[in-house]
Parts: sequence; C-alpha cells; structure tokens
Amino acid sequence: MTDLLPLIVAKYNYWLYVILMMIGLYAMIAKNNLIKKLVGMNIFQTAIILFYVSIGYKTDATIPIIQNAHGGQGAHSAAIHAADYINPLPHVLMLTAIVVSVATFGVAMALAVRIYQRYQTLEEDELRMRLADIGPEK
Amino acid sequence: MRFLGFIIVCLTGALLLYGTGEFPDWGDPNSPASIHLSDHYIEKAVEETQVPNLVTAVLADYRGFDTMFETAVVFCAGLACFLLLRDFSQKKERFYRHTPTGVILHVKDSKKILKVGKEFEHMDKDWVPSDLIIKTVCRILIPFIQIYAMYVVAHGDFSPGGGFQGGVIFGSSLILLAISYDLKTLVRRVKEKVFGIFAALGVLIYVGIGVICMFMGGNFLDYSRLAPLVPGDPHHIRALGMLGVEIGVGIAVTAAMAIIYINIVSEGRHDEGL
Repeated sequence: MTDLLPLIVAKYNYWLYVILMMIGLYAMIAKNNLIKKLVGMNIFQTAIILFYVSIGYKTDATIPIIQNAHGGQGAHSAAIHAADYINPLPHVLMLTAIVVSVATFGVAMALAVRIYQRYQTLEEDELRMRLADIGPEK
Repeated sequence: MRFLGFIIVCLTGALLLYGTGEFPDWGDPNSPASIHLSDHYIEKAVEETQVPNLVTAVLADYRGFDTMFETAVVFCAGLACFLLLRDFSQKKERFYRHTPTGVILHVKDSKKILKVGKEFEHMDKDWVPSDLIIKTVCRILIPFIQIYAMYVVAHGDFSPGGGFQGGVIFGSSLILLAISYDLKTLVRRVKEKVFGIFAALGVLIYVGIGVICMFMGGNFLDYSRLAPLVPGDPHHIRALGMLGVEIGVGIAVTAAMAIIYINIVSEGRHDEGL
C-alpha cells in the first residue's frame, strides 16, 4: 500500500478517467433500462475524451492558438517554440469524437423511441419477456 | 448478472490502472503524443496555412478528409433519425383553440378535413398557457445566441471556435425556440424540407470546395489552388478555404441537430413537442 500511493498521486488523472470509464461500462452492462445504458455510454465517451485531452497537456504551455499571428506581418517576428503551446492533435481528434458521440446518441435515442412505441417499455427484462411471448413478430 | 458485471468491470479497471504505470506524467512536455507530429503542427502551421488557431488548421487542412467524413456522419445521423421515426400519418385527435375567446375544439375524426381560419390555432393536447416571462426572455436571447454562433464560425480561424461548435450553438438556439414556445412554432418558421436541404447543402459545400480544388489542378481539398478564383491576398487563401469548409460544417451540424431534436421529441409526427 505504501508504494501504491505515490503511483496514484503521480498519475491521478489517469486514475480518475479509468474510474469514470468503469462507471460507464458498469452502467452499460448491469443497468436494466435502455436509457440508463445510453447514459453509461455517454459517461464512457466522456472519460475517453478527458483522457485524450489530458495527454496533450504540457506544463507551462498555453492553448494552441499562436499569439501575435494576426495580420500576417507579425507572424514570423518571433520563433514559435513547440513547448509553449499544448498539443493540438488530441483536441482535434476529440472535437470530432464529440460530434460522433452526439450523432450516435441521437440515433440511439431514435431507436429507443421506436422500441418504446412498439413494446411500450424500455426495461430490458420486460422487453425480453415480450419478445419471447410474441415470438418473431409479423 | 449484476454481480458478474461488477467483476468484469473491476477486472478491466484493474488492468487499465495497471497499464497507467507506463503512461507519461501529467503535463509532461516530452510525452510520446507531443514529440512527433505535433511539433511540426505547432511550429509550421502558421507559416503553411496562415491560421493562428492550430486546432482549426489541423482540423480543416491537415486532416480535412477526416473532417469531411465527420460532417457526413452528422448528416447520416440526421437522416437515420428521420428514416427511423418520421411518421406522416395524421393523429387521431386534433385540438384547435380559438385565440380570442380560448374556446377549444376537439376533433375526434382524423379523416375529416377541417379548414380553420387564422383565428384558430392547432394546439397540443396537454396545452398550458405559455409563460410570458419565458417567452419574452427567450425571444430576446435567441437572436444574440444566433449572432454569437455566426461569430464562432467566422472566427474559427483566429480564436477558439469553428464549424462544429458554431453549428451546435445555432442548433441549440432553434431548440430553445421549440422549448420556450412550442414545437409547431419552430416547424412553422423553418420547414422540415429546409432543414433537410440545409443538412445536405453543408456536406455539399465541403465536398464542393474539395472538388473545385481538383478542377483547379490540385489535390482534393488543396485550398491553395483556389487562389485564382478569390480576389485578395493569395497568402490567405488557405485560411479562406478553411472558412468556407467551416461554414459548410456549421450549416450541416445546425440542420442535423434540429432534425434529430424535432424527430425524437415528437416521435416523428412534428406536432407536439416537450
């Protein structure tokens, strides 16, 4: 236990994301309600987004927007050091990942609405019972 | 099942936590993710693209192909919601309210075609008088939200922002209109067809800019080839190309957000919202 604590303190960000990710995974596996499963999926995605963004962070660096680059002529007056700006690549990847998560969430909600219209329930066990009762319908 | 799930989650979590021991420290400038490609982006992007916001430069130029299909994904999500949920059948019961007196007409036969004048309005089943404060505040706020959304799109090259963010803000202003008034107000102001056309138009603008670049003799999405078509300083042509692409993204995202919201909230009937 004594050598575990410094490890947690050094990498506390990853511990937080892993815990968040596992909360989402548990909700997806164990929850009975389809909407709760979707919420779990969103938590999972958020954990991954935080994980990526934290990888791009550098100490003593600012956001990836080059300073004094407006207007063109001042752009090359000072050399740009990579250590002064955080890594833009994870931000770009996660920007698109957020959009994909919104899109998947929208489609999943639409499917949930259809399921509710047909079976009048979103609980997984009730759905399974109804599917067994009806059999392959129509 | 629940217990089994808990064990699986614990095992996966322990495995991942064990793996974090090898990961770079928080804020380490020499982490593997930050030493290969990102240095080139940071040091050369302004020189190569004239865009100070590196996220936009990487998003719309270096990784322009990725972003194009990302926009297509958003379009497909809107399309999927439409195809899954849209229901053109008339509802069985309809309600009309006579605006001056507040008398409510309840039409039970859906087949009967009823032509009503302007003094009647088609209303929701569980209608409550709308709150004056909410309506007024939202009516004042919505134009400013929309102007801010356009600012975010237009300034995506120079400050935090871009097509996705601006499109989402614009779409949320439309959703605010639907929530504060009712869904019919939004659908009456902006027709469903318009949303569909705009979602496709956004993707078309993106692809079109890429195809024009090809016609001008360059690679797909090589914005520097657009220079003869656009007046002004040819050094900024990549920034302008990115702006055009971001506008396309913004339009597509706005329309897709609205389509997803309207279809989910009314179960595809476009009559009653939340």
